[in-house]
This record gives sequence, C-alpha cells and structure tokens, in this order.
Amino acid sequence: MMDFLTHAWTRELGWILLQILVVIGPLLIAVAYLTLAERRVIGFMQLRRGPNVVGPFGMFQPFADALKLMAKETILPAGANKVVFLFAPMLTFILSLVAWAVIPFDEGLVIADINVGILYLFAVSSLGVYGVIMAGWASNSKYAFLGALRSAAQMVSYEVSMGLVIITVLLCAGSLNLSEIVEAQRGMWFALPLLPMFVVFFISTLAETNRAPFDLPEGESELVAGYFVEYSSMSFALFFLGEYANMILMSSMTVILFLGGWLPPFDIWPLNIIPGPLWFILKIILVLFVFLWVRATTPRYRYDQLMRLGWKIFLPFSLIYVVLTAGYLLASGNLPAVALG
Amino acid sequence: MIEALFFYLFAGVTLASGVMVVISRNPVYSVLFLILAFFNAAGLFILVGAEFLAMLLVVVYVGAVAVLFLFVVMMLDINFAEMRAGFQKYLPLGLIVGGILVFELVLAMYGDAFGGKTTPITSEIANTTRLGGVLYTKYAFLFQVAGLILLVAMIGAISLTLRKRVGVRRQVIADQNARRPADVLDVIKVPSGKAPSPVDLGKAEE
Repeated sequence: MMDFLTHAWTRELGWILLQILVVIGPLLIAVAYLTLAERRVIGFMQLRRGPNVVGPFGMFQPFADALKLMAKETILPAGANKVVFLFAPMLTFILSLVAWAVIPFDEGLVIADINVGILYLFAVSSLGVYGVIMAGWASNSKYAFLGALRSAAQMVSYEVSMGLVIITVLLCAGSLNLSEIVEAQRGMWFALPLLPMFVVFFISTLAETNRAPFDLPEGESELVAGYFVEYSSMSFALFFLGEYANMILMSSMTVILFLGGWLPPFDIWPLNIIPGPLWFILKIILVLFVFLWVRATTPRYRYDQLMRLGWKIFLPFSLIYVVLTAGYLLASGNLPAVALG
Repeated sequence: MIEALFFYLFAGVTLASGVMVVISRNPVYSVLFLILAFFNAAGLFILVGAEFLAMLLVVVYVGAVAVLFLFVVMMLDINFAEMRAGFQKYLPLGLIVGGILVFELVLAMYGDAFGGKTTPITSEIANTTRLGGVLYTKYAFLFQVAGLILLVAMIGAISLTLRKRVGVRRQVIADQNARRPADVLDVIKVPSGKAPSPVDLGKAEE
C-alpha cells in the first residue's frame, strides 16, 4: 500500500488532481457569485435593488438558490429520450470546466501548458453546441427543439469569425501557446493595434455564449425558455452553471488574447507589484461586467439580423483584417520569426 | 505502459463506436457515435504526437461538420422501419467498400507506398510549425488548388439552392439608411383657419 502511494506516477496523478481542484473550486464559487452579480448589476442599471435580503448585500442568495434547486423534483418528460436527456446537461457542464486546463493564470501557473492551447480552447468552446442541440432533441418538445436549432445555427456561424479573429492574434504573437501569446503582449496589449478585431471577438463571444442581445435560443417571449424548457432541478442547474462558467471562460479567453492576460497595463512601480493572477482576475471581472452591461442595455436581435451580422459583416470584415494584418506585418518586418527547422 | 493502455482504450472505443454508427437503429444515435469515434481518433493523434491534427479534427469535424450533420438528421422525417429494410440489400456493397479500404491500409502499412519513410520524425520544433512550413512552401500550389476546388464546390452548392422568389419584401438596410426626408416627405403650406385644399394634398401624395 505504502509502495503504491510513494510511486512517482501516483504522486504525479495526485498533484494533477490537486491542481484541478484548486482551479475548479474557486471557479464554481465565482459562477455562484456571477449569478448574484448579474442580478445586482442589472438591478442597479434598471433603478431596482436586486436580491439584497439573504445575508449581507444578498451574499447568501446563490446558496439559497442552489438549495432550492436541489430540493426540487427532477422531472423526466414521458416522451423524452432519457439517456440523451440526462447526458446533455452533464456534457454542457463538463465542457465548461475542461477548458480551464490550459488557461494560464500567471507565468508558468497553468495545469497543462500545451503547444496548441488556443486551438484546444477553440475546440472545446465549439463543442458547447452539442449540449444544447442534444437537450433540444431529447426533450421531444417543439419549443426546446426550435431553441436548439437556433442555437446550433448561431454558434456555428459566429465560430467562423471567431476563428479568423484568433488567426490575426496568432499572426501577431507567432505562437499557439497561450502563455506565449500573453508574453507577446508585454510591450502593448493586442486590444490596441487590433481594436476592431477585439470588438468583433467580444461580440462573437456574446453570440457563442447565447447571451443578450443574441439570446434567441432561449427567447422567453416566443420559446418560453428555449432548449432547457423541459429541465428542472439539478439538470437545469447544470445548464445554468455551464452557461455562466462559459461566460467566465470566454472572458478569460478575451483577456488572454487581447488584454494581456496576467500582465499589468504598464510595467511601472505601483502597478507591477500587484501579482499577475490578481491582474488576470480583475480583467476578467471587467469583461464580465461588460457582458452584464450589454444585457441590461440592448434589445434582442431579430434572427435574420443575427445571421446577417455574422455572415455578411463579421466574416468579410475579419477576413479582410487577417489579410491586412499579415500584409502589414510582412511589409514592416514585424512578422514573428518562426524556425521552420 | 500507460501509453499502451490509452492506445487500446482509444482504439477500442473508436472501433466500437464505428460499429455502433452502422448498427444503431436511430440515425441520431449514429451521428452521436460518429462524434465519439472522431474524438477517440483525436486521442490517437495526440498519442503519436500530432497535437495540431488532433485539435483540427475536433474543431473541423466535431465542431462544425458533425453539428450540421446532426442538424440535418434531426430535422429529417425518417421512417426507421423503411431504413432497416434496405440493410440486407446494401450489405454486400458496404462489405466491398470496407474490404477495399482494408486492403489499401495493409498496402500502405506493409508495402512501399510511403517510400519506407513511416518512422516518425523526432524534432524539437512543434508539428504546427512543421506542417505550416511544408504546406505553404513546398506544396503551396497544391494547397491553392485544393482551396480552389472547395471554392468551386461552395459556389456550386449555393447556385443549386439559390432561387429568386417573387413577392418577398426583403429588408435592405442600405436603402433604409439612404432614405432622406426630402424623398418621402412634402411640407405644404396650410393657411391658418382654412383646411388644405384636396388639390394640394393630392400633389403632396405624388
């Protein structure tokens, strides 16, 4: 037994599990408080108070909500496809967590520092659509199915321009590794030279996470709640947690690609004594605030407008910008040198 | 030892889900098993150190192609019993195609198809860089041709399905933005205490 515990391989496995817990624990707490922050922030923007009764400033509200959801009955609709119906929320939740394996919180502070980090993030975020489409199909309900179809079309459309935006960043950084992308922004964050792409990327992340003004998949006024209309109790809670964890993930992706990750805005005295992870978290909070701000201020897009924006505006625009960026970098000799071996 | 374990796990699940794609009754299950097969193939790619190909497999096939596939299969109104009826008829054809593929794989593995260069290149340079270097320099022409073929296919698909429908009032945002008050409004002088004469109103409507 002792032999097993002291085995190098076992110790390594234990170390990895510990790292995963250290990331996921705070992440789940952050998700809980993001739901509270959303209701409070939107409340203040609409001159209301928001939930402020449970605990000081409503701090215990997320836990009260969680308790309520756990006490509810899990309903399996009679016509539903049971296996897929139960698998869909799990998939959504799992996918929102696995992406955090490659997020660097500071120099060297990352669970898996892989070469193709940004591609991994892109792949995992593009898989999110499966949870939605499986939920919609398995529910055997018209509302859920329509919501799922809308969501699938929307997420696939906006992924295209997101991919092109990522390519412009890669052209400037010269690497697919997330830590190296952040290091490449030491002189200047990519948000400044690539400002139009930053805006396109942020709007695409709104569409990718099904947030307002692109929340048609769950449009209350026509689809009741969209793809999760048949879900209740913890299966609903998993969708909810997954959606908010995805918001945080997309914010951290924006921060890594455009806002310099863990780097301070300027490398001067009062700013550079603040530790890197703190900068990273502060920037994520800033981007998340904009997520909530957008929700409180913009009306929902019509479906044809959504598709027009994705295919006819963002796609050509980001494509042209890729060519322009590559051309400029090549002409000015700033193209990152890559050894072809 | 662990790598061998993972190899058999990925390979086994790939094979099993491949079989399930063919034999499951529900076409939606077939697509879901196809996705599982793609995933495990990506796992196999990672085991041989081709992390770029693995990620591309997930992004392109699982993230985009399979989604549209699932989309179509879910929307179709399929009679499952009718689909099963054709199984016996198509079985010989499927076996022949499968047999040819196996034969080709064996040829590639044991024959001289790759010029004997089947040993992996061990190098410090990431395979993303290597692939890019080869693709955009040595094979740049073939790469462009492949792109051109895809473009032609895309244009073909669009022109096959595009039809001009009459009586549809489309929203043209450029036209809406280009509208000026002078185009649609006429300000007419109305003397106080007197209703505007029908002649003036008619003129305004023109």
